[in-house]
Amino acid sequence: MRIPNPILLDFRLVPEDASTIAARTDALYAFLVAVAVFFSALVFILVTVFAVKYRRRPGVKAAPTGHGHLLLEVTWIVIPFILVMIMFVWGAKLFIRIRQPPPDAMEINVVARQWMWKLQHPNGRREINELHVPAGVPVRLRMVSEDVIHSFYVPAFRLKQDVLPGTYMSLWFEPTKPGEYHLFCAEYCGMEHAGMKGRVVVMEPEEYQKWLTAGPPVQSMADAGRELFVTRAGCQSCHSPTSGGRGPDLAGVYGRRRELNDGRSVLADESYLRESILRPDSHLLAGYGDRSLMPPYLGQLSEDDVIQLIAYIKSLPRNGAARADAASVRDQAPPAPAATRPAES
Amino acid sequence: MTTLPYSSPPTELNYLNVRYTLASWLLSVDHKRIAILYLLTITFFFALGGIFAVLIRMDLATPSPDLVTSETYNKLFTMHGVAMVFFFLIPGVPAVFGNFLVPMMIGARDLAFPRLNLLSWYIFATGGLFTLTSMVLGGVDTGWTFYTPYSSTYANTHVISAALGIFLTGFSSILTGLNFLVTIHTMRAPGMTWFKMPLFIWAHYATSIIILLGTPVVAIAIVLVFIERVFRIGIFDPALGGDPILFQHLFWFYSHPAVYIMILPSMGIVSELVTCFSRRRIFGYKFVAMSSVLIAVIGFLVWGHHMFVSGQGMYASLVFSYLSFFVAIPSAVKVFNWTATLYKGSISYHAPMLYVFGFVGLFTIGGLTGLFLANLGLDVHVHDTYFVVAHFHYIMVGGVIMAYMGGLHFWWPKMTGRLYSEGWARLGALIIFVGFNLTFFPQFLLGYLGMPRRYHYYPEEFQVLNVMSSAGATILGVGYLIPIVYLVWSLRWGPVAGPNPWGAKGLEWQTSSPPPTENFETTPVVTEEPYAYEEDAEVAVAH
Repeated sequence: MRIPNPILLDFRLVPEDASTIAARTDALYAFLVAVAVFFSALVFILVTVFAVKYRRRPGVKAAPTGHGHLLLEVTWIVIPFILVMIMFVWGAKLFIRIRQPPPDAMEINVVARQWMWKLQHPNGRREINELHVPAGVPVRLRMVSEDVIHSFYVPAFRLKQDVLPGTYMSLWFEPTKPGEYHLFCAEYCGMEHAGMKGRVVVMEPEEYQKWLTAGPPVQSMADAGRELFVTRAGCQSCHSPTSGGRGPDLAGVYGRRRELNDGRSVLADESYLRESILRPDSHLLAGYGDRSLMPPYLGQLSEDDVIQLIAYIKSLPRNGAARADAASVRDQAPPAPAATRPAES
Repeated sequence: MTTLPYSSPPTELNYLNVRYTLASWLLSVDHKRIAILYLLTITFFFALGGIFAVLIRMDLATPSPDLVTSETYNKLFTMHGVAMVFFFLIPGVPAVFGNFLVPMMIGARDLAFPRLNLLSWYIFATGGLFTLTSMVLGGVDTGWTFYTPYSSTYANTHVISAALGIFLTGFSSILTGLNFLVTIHTMRAPGMTWFKMPLFIWAHYATSIIILLGTPVVAIAIVLVFIERVFRIGIFDPALGGDPILFQHLFWFYSHPAVYIMILPSMGIVSELVTCFSRRRIFGYKFVAMSSVLIAVIGFLVWGHHMFVSGQGMYASLVFSYLSFFVAIPSAVKVFNWTATLYKGSISYHAPMLYVFGFVGLFTIGGLTGLFLANLGLDVHVHDTYFVVAHFHYIMVGGVIMAYMGGLHFWWPKMTGRLYSEGWARLGALIIFVGFNLTFFPQFLLGYLGMPRRYHYYPEEFQVLNVMSSAGATILGVGYLIPIVYLVWSLRWGPVAGPNPWGAKGLEWQTSSPPPTENFETTPVVTEEPYAYEEDAEVAVAH
């Protein structure tokens, strides 16, 4: 009968490998371990051999050092230099790959707060401290924190990215192997930092589709955003083709360059849209005066609300034709933002 | 048992027996007495930080949170870091050995500004009291890094008093650095040209430059956190219109070079010791000296390698990674030159030399694992894991404390006039080396497996390595207790050391032990190059 050894049963030196990045990181790690072991061994062996061979003996004097040895100095400068440059290039290439999401990546939203992860799929399905993703499909996370800095870390993917308050961070990965993996918060975030963990569940794509549509029906993010746009946030009253130009028409704004009244031109990405909603004065558009007519929504809308609004703005077609049906949902005067939203903890 | 031979104290006047009153210590402007004041103060903080470490490792022996609450745990690792980094490691070698030895090694009577030197100790002690107060009142839980907006908005603990303590301590560093720079420039003995200076002096010169340029920046960062926390003016907190990454830039602009404030003087110690105990001139003197200066300069250009996953731009990260690899070169140059110094030497295994062997081995591992973290793609995985914890403990504990202990054993006879028990000292060094590796090597493996740092509890699969680490910490703790016993013992019962028990070449050994208040009876004149051991006939070394 075989008695399992409880200690060595699951002893491993590298975590599971479940993303397209993981094997590349491990290969680089192996190279660095090899270099580190080689040089450590070299130094240890030389020090030990010298210490033993040249130990103090009566009557034996140390040989003079002389005044250095230029060739030797150059050798131990040049060889390490070449090695570290190889390391730099290898690591940089991997890093650039990590930082550049494929354009067709599926998007999932992540809102971090002390001490939980809130995730939302584009069809509106939400989950907490769990992330279900399909294997073999690139996924891009759009992440923001509601309070302090957190860090989204999945060791099996060899990936992490700090999640900041006040701006969107993104992290992409392509899971390779169905299974369950640790999700950790890697940036110290207060009392229950160690409890801010969960799991990433990688599923076969068809399983994922089933999972996505299981459960009670939910509003898609763009639909939820449209409802906010028209009703609670009251954006509709100024940002529509029929609002008399008080605010710019938002159809097709996403991904376009915007001319600002201080002469700058910025790309209207998600962080730009978020800033413009929460602090309209931060990006004054050329032609709309020196002060924004729009009240700041900072403190009125949650990060979650803003994400839904952005999803809606991104869904607008470039010609603005889809606006009519939005207007037909309900047409009402914009309430003062402060009154629209009960204070949220 | 109690019939140990009592060695009579030296009869001539020296800096220790010239006066015995408390006031003669607290108002002394003698650099040697101030060094002793620092030694006592930082030993206190080292013990305090050590106690916090013991509690941390005890709690981490099991995956569940059992010994303390999470709130307490977070305070423990914060106060461990604050006590060790700001009140032991940064002042450690410069304020104790630098203060004691910089004037003596260059043949001067004292530092250039003796009263400023005393003031720096008072500022240090005041800063220490502020930080201690915050600990007594209930502690601080931000991590020693004080990242915003957690520290400036969310933490409910005593951030202000802890940060103020660090702020004040910075000024004591600045005054010490300034004092060293002026002293080294203007007070060298006749004949001591720049390239006849001991490498310990070169190391302190480079360190002083870092202290002067870097410390004001962390002071500014702390003041800004204070302003945001107290007056709610938005600087770092995005909810107030601030930028949290800005804090990280300001913090690491100082706190990365701060690592070189710790390690450069330690390397200076190693150069003194390795030559003395292998009876050889240092191999590649100019390369070792200039590598200190290069580390100081490049060290200012690499802070962004702490921020590869923080939201720092990709191109900035590429530049910081590239420059970080450059620091590896002067560090490697030093290690190779020390190793080459051993070649064909006449090597003895006295306790200080055992610490040198320990330093070279552990610093090599610490330095090489630094390459993993400078590496962009790999850092994405290991950043903020136990890999980082292991790496910087290899540098700070394996490097700095090994050198500190080596220095303490080497200059103890000079500072106190007494020799300690060599056998116990060797045993202590061995225990520290074994305990250290058992504590921190498993943490490299934990880190690559993905265990994040600053976790009070963790998944069960990480337990085996954590138990190893905690067991090692127990051994390490014993290793640190042993020297306290025999060193204190030596003060009364240790054999009288005589002026130069190691047959060492530095000017500090050419005067009595303990030295007289004025260091030298007549100003020495330097004719030899440093480490001129080879000119000696065979040297008789005590025991």
